[in-house]
Parts: sequence; C-alpha cells; structure tokens
Amino acid sequence: MTATMRRRGAALVMGGVAATMLLAACGGSSSSSEASSAPAASTGASAAASGGAVAAGCEAYADYMGHEGTKVTLFTSVLPPEQQRYEDAWKPFEDCTGIDIVYEGSDQFEAQLPTRIAGGNAPDLAWIPQPGLLQKLVQQGGPVAAPQAVADNVDKYWNPAWKTYGTVDGTFYGAPNSSNMKSLVWYSPKVFAEKGYTVPTTWDELFALSDQMVKDGIKPWCGGIESGGATGWPATDWLEQIVLRQQGGDVYDQWVSHQVLFNSPEINQAMDTLAGWMKNPDYVNGGFGNVQTIATTAFQDAGKPILDGKCGMLQQASFYAAQWASFKADATVAEDGDVFAFFLPQISDQFPNPVVGGGEFTTAFSDRPEVQAVQTYLSSPEYATARAAQPGGWVSANSGVPIDTYTDPISKLSAQFLTDPNGIFRFDASDLMPAAVGAGAEWTQMTAWFAEDKPTKDVLQAIDDAWPAS
Amino acid sequence: MSVEAHEVVPIPVPREESIPEAARRKLSSPWASGLVILITILWTIPTFGLLVTSLRPAEDATSSGWWTIFTNPTLTLHNYSEVITGGNVIPNGIAPYFFNSFAIAIPAAIFPLVIASMAAYAIAWIPFRGATIIFFVIFALQVIPLQMSLLPLLKMFNTGWSLGPIPLFPDLNKPGSEQSIFVGTYIPLWVAHTMFALPLAIFLLHNFVSQLPRELFEAARVDGASHFLIFRKLVLPLTVPAIASFAIFQFLWVWNDLLVALTFAGGTPDVAPITAYLANIKGSYGAQLHLITAGAFVAIIVPLIVFFSLQRFFVRGLLAGSVKG
Amino acid sequence: MEQLTSGLAKVGTALGAVAIVLGLLLIIFFVGARAKGKLQFPAAIIVFLGPAILLLAYGLIAPAFLTTVGSFKGPNGQDFVGLQNYGWIFTVEANRTFLINTVLWIVIAPLFSTGIGLMLALLLDRMRRESISKSLIFMPMAISFVGAGIIWGLVYEYRDPSQEQVGLLSQIVMWLGVKEPPNWLLFQPWNNFFLMVIMIWIQVGFAMVVLSAAIKAIPGDVVEAAELDGATGWKLFSRVTIPMVRSTLIVVLTTIIIAVLKVFDIVRVMTNGNFGTQVVANEMYAQAFVQFDVGRGSALAVVLFVAIIPLIAYNVIQLRKERTIR
Repeated sequence: MTATMRRRGAALVMGGVAATMLLAACGGSSSSSEASSAPAASTGASAAASGGAVAAGCEAYADYMGHEGTKVTLFTSVLPPEQQRYEDAWKPFEDCTGIDIVYEGSDQFEAQLPTRIAGGNAPDLAWIPQPGLLQKLVQQGGPVAAPQAVADNVDKYWNPAWKTYGTVDGTFYGAPNSSNMKSLVWYSPKVFAEKGYTVPTTWDELFALSDQMVKDGIKPWCGGIESGGATGWPATDWLEQIVLRQQGGDVYDQWVSHQVLFNSPEINQAMDTLAGWMKNPDYVNGGFGNVQTIATTAFQDAGKPILDGKCGMLQQASFYAAQWASFKADATVAEDGDVFAFFLPQISDQFPNPVVGGGEFTTAFSDRPEVQAVQTYLSSPEYATARAAQPGGWVSANSGVPIDTYTDPISKLSAQFLTDPNGIFRFDASDLMPAAVGAGAEWTQMTAWFAEDKPTKDVLQAIDDAWPAS
Repeated sequence: MSVEAHEVVPIPVPREESIPEAARRKLSSPWASGLVILITILWTIPTFGLLVTSLRPAEDATSSGWWTIFTNPTLTLHNYSEVITGGNVIPNGIAPYFFNSFAIAIPAAIFPLVIASMAAYAIAWIPFRGATIIFFVIFALQVIPLQMSLLPLLKMFNTGWSLGPIPLFPDLNKPGSEQSIFVGTYIPLWVAHTMFALPLAIFLLHNFVSQLPRELFEAARVDGASHFLIFRKLVLPLTVPAIASFAIFQFLWVWNDLLVALTFAGGTPDVAPITAYLANIKGSYGAQLHLITAGAFVAIIVPLIVFFSLQRFFVRGLLAGSVKG
Repeated sequence: MEQLTSGLAKVGTALGAVAIVLGLLLIIFFVGARAKGKLQFPAAIIVFLGPAILLLAYGLIAPAFLTTVGSFKGPNGQDFVGLQNYGWIFTVEANRTFLINTVLWIVIAPLFSTGIGLMLALLLDRMRRESISKSLIFMPMAISFVGAGIIWGLVYEYRDPSQEQVGLLSQIVMWLGVKEPPNWLLFQPWNNFFLMVIMIWIQVGFAMVVLSAAIKAIPGDVVEAAELDGATGWKLFSRVTIPMVRSTLIVVLTTIIIAVLKVFDIVRVMTNGNFGTQVVANEMYAQAFVQFDVGRGSALAVVLFVAIIPLIAYNVIQLRKERTIR
C-alpha cells in the first residue's frame, strides 16, 4: 500500500479530477478484440496485412501495426499528474496503431491487484513495483510470460540484474518501466560553496566531511523513517546501501534469499557501520533533535533542515526531488541551486559504483496480440525516450535512452548510474524479501532499533525469526 | 471504526423536574461549575488548536506553536482555498471527495433504518416462533469485528459467491467486460454500511417499537388492518423520533468511516469519501501542517454542524425510545 | 464550477437510489397487503424480516464463518495448518506486546471514560447552564479518527527543546519548568496511555450524556427520602445514585469496551503500532492487508471475536432478566 508512495515521490500520490475519467475507463475491456484475427504482434508483415501502408510519421510503429480499434487496459499505482505525462508519451503510438491504452491508477494498487486477479477481473497489463508481489501473483496464477520481443529488448538495453527481477522460476514476465535510484545523498550546494566543502567521492571523504561539519557546528545528517503504515522503510534502505557496498552483489543476493541470515557477521557488520552513521549522536538528527527523532520524523519532512542550513546531508532516493518544492515553493534542484544530490560513494574498490534502486515491471495478464504489442512497445527505447522527454522527473534504466533526453539534472544523474555497464545494480532488498519480513518485521525492528535503541543482535534475530518457514 | 455506531444505547427517560427546583438550586455550587468549565476547556483546546493552525500561513504553522497567534496574530484563508480546489502544493482539491461523502452517507443512513424498523416491527409485533431467539442472535452479532467481513464482502461484489455449485451471489459483470458492475459505484459502500449498522439499529428500534401500546395494534387488527397497513400508518409515524435520532448517528458514523471506504472505494475521486482524502494527504504531505489541518477541518465541519444543530433532537429521540430502567 | 455540478450530480444520483429503493419497498408493501388469509402471515414475515436476515447473513454471519475457517489456513488461505496461527499469536514473544497492550486498553480506557463521564454527569446535574459544556465535551464524538489523529498530533508533536515548540504538551511542560520534555510518542510505556487519552477524549462525552440522562431519571422522591434519612454526599452517591444507574453503567462500559477492542485507527494513525504501542486490532490489519498473511489476520480477528463474546453474553443475560420482569 504505502510502499508505492516511496517509489513515485510523495507529492504525486493524490488522485486528480482527471481521474473521473476512470469510471469510463474501468468499463473498457476488449471482448471485441477476440474477434479480430490479427496476426502476432511485432511482425512488420501484419501492417500490410491489415490494409495499407504505414501512414506518414508512423514508421517508427510499423512493428506494432494491425490491431486497430482494440483496447488494452493498464492498471498502475501511478496517479495524476504523472498519468497525463504517460498518456502524452504514448499518444503517437495510440494514434498510429489504433490501440487504445486504457489507464487506471489506484493508490490501493498492492491490495487491489491480487483481489482483482482472484476475482477474475485482471487488467491486461499492470505495473508491479515489487518483485516479491510478482512472485506471489505467479504462484497464485495470473501473469502471462512476456513475448520474446520484450525479452530481447531487456537483454539488449538493461543491466542483466533487471531481467532476473522480472523473472520467476525461470520464466520472464516483464520489463521495467520507470526506475528510481536510491543511492543518492542530498545536500545544499549553497552551504557547500559557503563553507568550502567539496562533494565527496569516497566513503572516507564522506565521513571526513561529516566530521568537518560537526566541527563547524552543523549536524551533518538528518533522517526520518516515519511513513504511516510503512514506517521504517527508509532505514531498511540505509542498511541495503551499506550491505551492497561492503559485501558486494553476491552476498546481497544471498541475503535476499535468506542464505545469509540477518543475524550473520556480514549484516551485523553493516549494522555497526550504520550505527556509526545514522545512530551517531554527533551526526544526527540535524534540525530535529536526538537520534530517536529519526523514528518519529516523517520521511517527507526529513530534508527540510537542509534548506534551513540546520542539516548537512540526507540519504534519500531520486524521487525525493519532488519534495523540495513543498518546503519552499521556488526551491531549485540543480548543481548550483538550492539543493542537489551526489552519489553515495562506494566503500571498497572491490565493488565499484554500487547502486540500490527500485522500479516497476510491466506484467501482462493476457496474451492477446494487441496486449503483447503494447507490452513490447513499453519495453522499447523509443517509448522510454518519449516518456523521458516529458516534463518532471522520470528515469528509465533503459540504456537506449540518450542521456541528454532527460530534462532535469537529477534524472540525468540517476540514469547515468543506472545504465552504467560497470556498476553493480541491485533492487531494493526489502521489496524482494517475503512481505512478512520486507513489509513487516524489518520495518518494525529497524524502527525499534532507532526509537528504543533495541540491541542490534536482538533486532536482527527478531527479523530472522519472522522469516516464513516455507 | 464502529465506535459511533455503538454509542446509541437506550437511555432512561428523565422526568421533568426530577429533582425539585429548590433542591437543585441548593445543590448547584460554584465549585462544581468551575470544575465542569475547566474540563470543558481541556476538552475543547485540541480542536481549537486545529482550527487555529488551519488559519495560519505555512511558515508559521510549521515553525511555531498555534498559541503564538495571541501575540502574533497573522491569519489567512489561503489554506482553505488550496485544500478545497487544489493549488501549488496539493494539486487536487477536496471538493469531489466532499460530495462523495454526502453521496455515500445519506443513503447509508437511510437504508439500514428502513430495513431495521421493518425487522424490529416483525420481531416485536408479528407473533411467530423464534422471534426471541432471532432478537438475541441479532444483538449478539454486534461482536463481529467489522474487519472480519471486509475481505469476504469484497470478493462477493467482485466475483460473486457460490457454495459448491449453488450460486449464492451472482458474478455480475459489465456488458462486454470482465469487470464487476459494482466497480466504481457507491453500491458496495451503501450495502456494506447497511449490513454493519443493522444489529444495533434493529436492537434499538425494537426496544422502541415494542414499547408502543398493545391496544393500538389490537384495535387495528380487529378492524382487519394488515401488518403492512399497520406498519405504514401506525408504526412508522410513531417511530420517527427514534429513527431520526439513530439516522443522525449513523450519518456521522458513515461520514467518519475510513476502513470500509478504503476497502470498497479505494482512493480515487470517483467514489472515495473525504476521510480517504484526508488520510491520503496526511500520508503524502505530512510536512504541510497548515494544509492538513485545513483539510481536517473541512472534513469535520459537516459532522459538527449536523451534531450541533440536531443534537437536541436526537437526544430527545433516544430518550423517548426507551422506557426501561 | 464544473466540480460543483458534477458533485451535485453525484449526490443527486445517491438520492435517486434512495427514492428507487423506497419506491420498490412501497410496491412490495402494496403487493404484500393483497395477500389474503393464510398467505398473509408468511408474506408479512418474509417482507419485514427477509431483507434484514439476508443482509446479516451475507454481511456478518457468512464472513465470520469464512474468517474462522481461514484462521486455520496458511498465508494464502489455501492449505490447512491447524492451530499454527494461534500458536504464533500466543507463543511468539514479540507478540506479547500487543496482547498486554490490548488488555491495558480494555481496562484503562473504558474505566476512565466512564468514570470521568459519571463525574461530569453528577456535576452537570448541579449546574444551571449545562448545555454548552455538554455540547463541547460531547463534540469529539462527531470527529473521525483520522481527524482526531491530526488534532492530537498537534498536541504530542515533538521538537528539540532548543527550538520553538509546536506541540502543545511539550510547551506546557516547558512552561512548568521541565527543561527537556520527552518525545511523547516514544516515551514507553506511557505512550500507550497518551494514545488512550485520545480514546477517552472521544468517549467521555458519550458516557456523560447517557449517564446524565440516567441520573436525571432517578425519581426525586427517592433522593428526598434518602436525604431525610441523613444520606448526603458520598453516602447518597454510593447508596442511592450508583445502584439506581447500575444497569446504565453496565451498558456504557460494555459499549466502550467493544469500541476499544475493535479500535485500530488511533494506534494506526499515531504510531502504527511502533514504539511498543501495538494492539491486536492493528496487528490484524497489518497482517491481513500489508503483509498479506490472511491466516494470521483471520486468527487475530477470531481472538477479538472470542474476547468480546463473554461481554455480549453477560449483556444478553441481563437483557433476558429485564424482559422476563416485564
């Protein structure tokens, strides 16, 4: 439920007036399409077969032709105003192919999708933000394997890790849509310039800078993990950053699959590092008070003291860019603006450019040809480029998008790291773990760690105990 | 959730002048008055703080306590215009949700009362075997936590119910679609609220209806009036005070409900009520105290108006409703 | 003002639905009234009682049954796991927090609500202009839990003592000379009590109004007779007032206990069960709707259900006694 919020940026959660259209949209489905005997998607021949040459300006969509008058429903957790940007991005596709993409957003997506599938009311396509949820759905039955064309696109344009997150039991289900980059540190370029700080590029530099800030009388770090029903998730992100940086991708993967336990030397070490960082009373909690306040500060509020000069840095994801305007209406996010972000440096040269990120996967629940055509289009660099060109932040990990397409600096920075072929990319671990841990014990135990100073061993053991038996 | 629904319990009827006026005067002491006034102030301050905060400019609301307005009185209505119609920070206003709340709460206050008053009449005045047992079972149904019913009901609306091959509730889909006809309508909300309100409504109305004088019914039966006629011409008019007082409570309860709304309406502006909007902006814009408080005040203003304008009426109705005790 | 018109159209639709349902009922009534002779009795039973029974069966009885069955199943609601979910509730040590807290809630919140309500009712009985106070104290009843959460957030808000305070409680405590007020919602175990205060704030008005009516209903001659016998003050209260309103007191207590057992909104909005404030109802919601463990969620629901049964049974027995007296 609330978990979607963090991926999309808090400011974008509300439904809009435009969504009154949903009523009409909900009714849409495609019984008529069964009748159309269109050949399989993404064959150029089908365009000719369905009558006539491709219209001028539609050459790019030749592969998706032959499904005029069909409808494809797409169910997502993304609400207006972002919905409009998506619809604008694929408008040319709809105009040329004659496929109507019927968009439906819901802020109860995670709870609604399983119910709708169980109720025989599945959408044609859905953007699933957690690989864990995808797994659960596959076990219950519903998702349909992605066509070869989608797999080819993913092989060609994405870091290989992404494909594994869209794969369950050896079957590949969906390409990522948007991505967010969680390994960022937000700071105020103005304060940095004033005090003569430079952006750190190594872990040691980062903490030398923190100590310098302490000397200068600035609390170097601020943080907040309060998030209503999902309280605790930012703390799990911090832990993931450290695990990936200290132990690398292999241990990270074993941790996700519980081959490496929470109460293991590796994770204990990471927790100790985190304790020296976000539980260090000299470092936190700038603008809010003592360490404990991390537990009661809303993650949305956490960055505010940076604008006031009361806090040096905040570790938060790329989507946090949307938050600054709510503190100060004219806040600029740029390298020379009010606020900007740098890459959270690596700890060891052994594991270069480690990136923790998230995203949602375009999963199909029908193998009708027009559904496959849309699914294929949504995995193409053409779509991602068209979407990235829309205003507002949006990042794809699709390396086929020219980096200059991105309109805002944070998206550009994020895309650079997400598409870096030498970097180690891993998906947000708590989204990969079973919900009892990733949306349960890990949240509550990390919260207790900050709020009640619960001993590290006990915290980690309690999370291990909550891991489902089967 | 259902707290308000349970607040309506039979209240013994006060007699006018129960304690003679002289004794009353003797007893009334400044000491008692002072204590009551103190508690009244204590009880009102938190809500007053909400009202004040909602009227303060953004920077003030997050940087200083609301009580500082007494020394620094800067107030604005801007927060309300932003919340109601949408603005820079919150793109979508509360307006559609506000109307949804009415569209949900009015029928959801009327339906259970109509059905409950009929059932109450049947249990009280149509002599049949098992009436007492049915009455106690219905009373006992109050124990079922609302949360238990949510998932099964959701399934019923979306896919229908069947017991093996026997269909108990049909799977109704929109023409040419696999989607249930109930999706995006108020119907599941009305039905769910009606169901959850029935045990208490039947219990209370039964208490009232069963107190009506027996001679009334006997005379009517002798004249050959059917139960339908008796109910329509005699019972309904006499029961109006009790029905109305319960309807007000039920309206307040439905208006304030969040759980049922989240389950059956989601958060979209088509059908979701004002509480869903409020919960949503609280989750998304936690830092915007001035806007959240304004939204909260818009959400509670209707129940407050209903409450203050009609409270005499519903207390009287409830009192008239129960002569036991 | 497109929003206004579409909004009014929605309300219009709702009123239309009411009209249709009432119209249908009227038609059924006319048809039912035509039933003659032997048919008249069953027709009346079906029409009057049928809708209520049907709605209760679908909305409460069947779901309760399904939930009970589900509580013996695994997370996906497919395989039977026996008593495993119940074992999890009562043996896992971490779960003791919400079990103990729930017991604390059941004992403290209803007692304080009823106690303060009774005190106010007695005091109001001695006041001239009671209606304003009564209305204001009763007012929180009209406020949703979401609204109450926001209102009390403004009371418990924590800021570093070096900064200007936004939370009322911290400010009051600092005015009283405390230098470092605690972060109230983290302040264990008292934070449980701070959450209960919200519930008490809501429920006192209810207890007060009901008990006030009961006290006014005590016949004046009873009070006078007692006074002639020399009963005053505490004696009058404990020997006359309390026994006279006893049955009302029980109803009020029962009602508030049921409300407290089911309530999860306050905890959810204020702390989400963190910082040692979890209760059964919120844990149930988290299990069923956040972690998708339907089995555990159902088992917790059944625990609540079973916990309320003795209360209702007691009330049913009381009710039966009264009915037989009548």
